[in-house]
This record gives sequence, structure tokens and C-alpha cells, in this order.
Amino acid sequence: MALRREAHPGVTPVLIFRRRTLADREDLLGKVMLAPALFYVIVLVAMPLVLAILLSFSASFAGSLDFHWIGLRNFGAIIRDPQFLLALRNTVLFTVISQALVMVLAVTAAHVLDAAFVGKRVVRFLLLLPWAVPVSLAAMAWTWIFDSTFSVINWTLKAAGLLQGWLYWFGDPTLAMIAIITVHVWRMFPFATVIVLAGMSSIPQDIREAAVVDGASFWRRLFQINLPLLLPIVTVSVLFGVVFTSTDLGVVWLLTRGGPYNSTHVLSTLAFQRGILGANLGQGASIAVFLLPFLMLAAVGMLRVARRAEVGA
Amino acid sequence: MKARRRLLRIVKRIALYVTALAFTAFAVFPFYWMFLTSFKTNRDLYVGATDLSHIPWIFNETPTLQHVRLLFLGTPYLIWVRNTLVIGAAVVLITLICAVPAGYSLARLTGRWGERLGIAIFLTYLVPSTLLFIPFARLIAMLGLQNSPWALVLVYPTFTIPFCTWLLMGFFRSIPRDIEEQGMIDGYSRLSVIRKIVLPLAVSGILTAVIFAFTLVLQEFVYALTFISSVGKMTVSLGVPVALVRGDVFYWGSLMAAALVTSIPIAIVYNQFIDRFIAGLTAGAVKG
Repeated sequence: MALRREAHPGVTPVLIFRRRTLADREDLLGKVMLAPALFYVIVLVAMPLVLAILLSFSASFAGSLDFHWIGLRNFGAIIRDPQFLLALRNTVLFTVISQALVMVLAVTAAHVLDAAFVGKRVVRFLLLLPWAVPVSLAAMAWTWIFDSTFSVINWTLKAAGLLQGWLYWFGDPTLAMIAIITVHVWRMFPFATVIVLAGMSSIPQDIREAAVVDGASFWRRLFQINLPLLLPIVTVSVLFGVVFTSTDLGVVWLLTRGGPYNSTHVLSTLAFQRGILGANLGQGASIAVFLLPFLMLAAVGMLRVARRAEVGA
Repeated sequence: MKARRRLLRIVKRIALYVTALAFTAFAVFPFYWMFLTSFKTNRDLYVGATDLSHIPWIFNETPTLQHVRLLFLGTPYLIWVRNTLVIGAAVVLITLICAVPAGYSLARLTGRWGERLGIAIFLTYLVPSTLLFIPFARLIAMLGLQNSPWALVLVYPTFTIPFCTWLLMGFFRSIPRDIEEQGMIDGYSRLSVIRKIVLPLAVSGILTAVIFAFTLVLQEFVYALTFISSVGKMTVSLGVPVALVRGDVFYWGSLMAAALVTSIPIAIVYNQFIDRFIAGLTAGAVKG
């Protein structure tokens, strides 16, 4: 130490003579700078999350501030409620089907965008539109497209001679579900495409070139080189997709309001209907709490991907 | 042999363009439909789809501006735009005050546990509004903020702060450490290094955070639907789908015009920043 001080006589006086203030104490400064964000997140995300779970064990209603612990009675009530079971099934169904379609579309679209062609930038911009636009506005456009009297889809199918009768998109449970899944896929595939594309550009070019030189076919390259290397990034995009789709309220609410005959409710719309419109906060909370498993799954998945990337680095 | 290979290349090329076109058509179709609906006359618009002689894909009559005029002059659209801008500005301000120092702190000052904490903060971004709107309904009622834009100003940072903190953390990490160390050797304290060296270098990162915080506010629907009930206090993303209806009658022309007018600026801005957005979301899964 002593030697070093002599070696740099110009540096040390600064350290000795200036008083140490907050600005120099890095550990403390770090905590102080982190405090506002941490405070916000703890008070307005973590605590409400706990409150949501507490509310699900209570009889509480909007308009009064009573808080009545009733144990598992809310859960007992909804478990026996066929409408809840349907909503749970719909949530899983919409999420799984739309994410499966999104993955196929996104990997294909990413391969297209990875190739060089004229107008690529424009195509990329246009492909991103569905993700950028506010979901509530997009849902209204689709509501109009699926309109029972003026549906352009019906017109086109009829004009092409593919449709004999008539499709009442929001009047029939199956058709309504197809409509909802279509909108989810339309909204999520651009997002997944961009993520997969980012992953593709991180595959080392020499590996791809080596495969081409060695004469590997397109399918062989796809299944044995590209897809395995893309797996972590595709996982990330699926996990985001699962979170965004399973918890979404806007699409179902604006397209069908849960109809026809309450056949397309998902957990979030049912929680909204019971908890906010029906003012039964306790029951709404107990329905919404069933979203937690989806989130846990996504969080654990992401942490694992992140850890693997860390180890591989 | 040579001819066959050339043919194969041409076929591949065509397949590429056809696929690209199909994807684009699927993505753009609702926007094209918004555009057509916004400028069609009512007589051209409201023809039942059973009438096969009337082609809905094109303008059958001269386009009109009546729906756009109605939107701007006869509906509260401009009030909703103003509400959105005011709420957005307040939220962005709160977000920056919290996220900029937090992002730097996690990137430089907190070491190993900072990384864990950063991931934890990011995961809170995934806690959805549909799980939190019920406890918030109670909280907002307790604070007496029902039907007030302040409710949204209070609640929106719950998703903008985690997201922007994560985004900025990545950005601050990408600034070379040497520059900061050089500054400290020259006698700056850590705080003045941040103020005089780091912040000027991070302007574009902070701008990205501002843009994304703002678009997240613009896209939000669930909390607005839960907390705001009077038409005059709504935001664009709530007012357009919920309040541009009279009785059972939808003003489809004005509604689609509103969707179009709102979407275009967001889409253009988004396109500029999307790569950073993706880099932020996938940090950790992709090694650049």
C-alpha cells in the first residue's frame, strides 16, 4: 500500500482531504437510489397481490370496507359453479391453442424475415402493427369485422362459394371462441416473431454456413440446428405469450362480453363481472387467484432460462 | 441439372414472397378495414353481407370525411386524447423519478444481489392487471379516488416502473465502466459521475423508457374500465370502445376513424424503438 501511495502522489490527497459524503458511499447510495422504485413496487404490487389473496378468503363487497374472514367458502362456492369451471377451461383452451398457433406462425414468419428480399423493412413494420396498437381499439375493429349482419368474412366466403348458410360469429359458442382465438393469435404473433428473429440473429453465422456446406437439407437444418438453438428464446416468447393471453381481459370483454349464454367467459372476465360489476369483491378475488398458477409457471420458466443463459456464458 | 437448380431457386423465391405477403395481409387486414370504414358513406357501409353484388372490399361511392368530422367535432374524442396525454405525462414523470436511479443502482452499485433484485422487479411486471384490479378497487375506494384520473396516475406506474427499471438497467450496463472510473480518478464523486457523465450518455435509453412508459399507458384498458365511469374522464383506449355507442347503435365509421387515428402515431413510434424493447425483454436469454 505504502509503495503505491508513493507511486501516485497526485491521487491520494483527494481521497484523504475530501470529506466522505453520501455521494461516495456506494453501498448506501445504491440503496437510497433503489428505494423509491422498491417502495412503489412493494406497496402497490406486492401488497395488493397479498390483499388479493386475502380478499379471496373473505366476504367483502364494494361500497363497504368490512372485511370478513370466511375461510374457503368463496372457493367452495366457485368450485361448484359450472360457469367458473367453464371459464377455467376456456382460459386454458384459449391460451394453449393460440400459443401453439402463434409459435408455428412466429417461427415461419421469422424465417421469412431472416431471408433477404425487397421490401423487407416495410413487411417488418406492417407485421408489427397488431402488437403496437392498443388492444381495445384492435378488438373493436375485429368486432366490426365479425359483425352479425355486415361481416366481410361472411361476404367473402359466400362470394367464393364456400359458405351456404350464415355464420353468426358472436351468436354461436364455437364460432365466438374461434373469433377470440383469432384475435389473440393476430395480436401475439408479431411479438413472438420479433423475439424469435432476435434469437435467430444470435445463432452464430458459421454454424449455419457449415451446415449448408455439409449439405444438410432445409428440414434437417430447421430441426437439428435452428430449432434447438432457438429453444431458449422461443421458450421466453411462449412464456410471455402465456402470461399476456391467459390474463387478458380486453379481447373477450369487448368481443363477446362473455356471451353467448356466458359460454366464452375466461377467468379475468368472470372476475370482473362478479367482483366489479357484481360488487362481490371476495368472490371476484377468488376467481382471479386462479390466474396465479399460470404466472408461477411463467416466472419459474423464465428464471430457468435466465439461469441457463448465465451458466452458458 | 443447372436449369433444375435455377428453377428450384425461383420457386423458393416465389414461396418466400407469397409467405411474406400472406403474413402481411393477415396483420394488416383489420387496419385496412378501419381505413375503409372510416371513409365510406353510410349507404356504402351498411349493406348486408348477403348482398353479393355489393363488394365491401372497395369504395363503391366517393369517400367521405363525415365520420372523421363527427369524431372530432361531435364526440368527446379530443377530451379523451387530452386526458390520456395528461395522465401519460404524470405517469412518465413518476416512472422516471423511480426507474432512472433504480436502474443505475441495479446496474452498478448493488453487486451480486442487485442482479437478483433486478429480476425480481422485472417479474412484478408480469403480475397482471386482472389479478390486481380487485384489491385496487378496494384501495381506490379507501382513498376516495373512484372515477378520478388520479387513480390511474397512482396505479399505472405499477407496470411502467418495473418495465422501465429493467430496460434502463440494461442500458446503464452497456455504458463502459472505464469512463466512469476515469471520472472518479479525476476526483468526481459517484453522484457527480452519474450526473455529468452517465446521464448525458444515457439520453437515448431514457428516451426509450419514456416512449414505452407512454405507450403502455396508452394501451391500458383494464384499470381504466374498472376505475373510470364518466365519459368526460375517460382515456382514449377506454372511451373509444365503450362510449362511442349510443344505445345499441355503434358509430362504426367514427369508431374506426378513432382507432385508425390513434394507431398510426403509436405504430410509427413503436417501430423506431421495438428492437430495444425486445432486447430488454429477452436480456439473459440471448447472448449478443
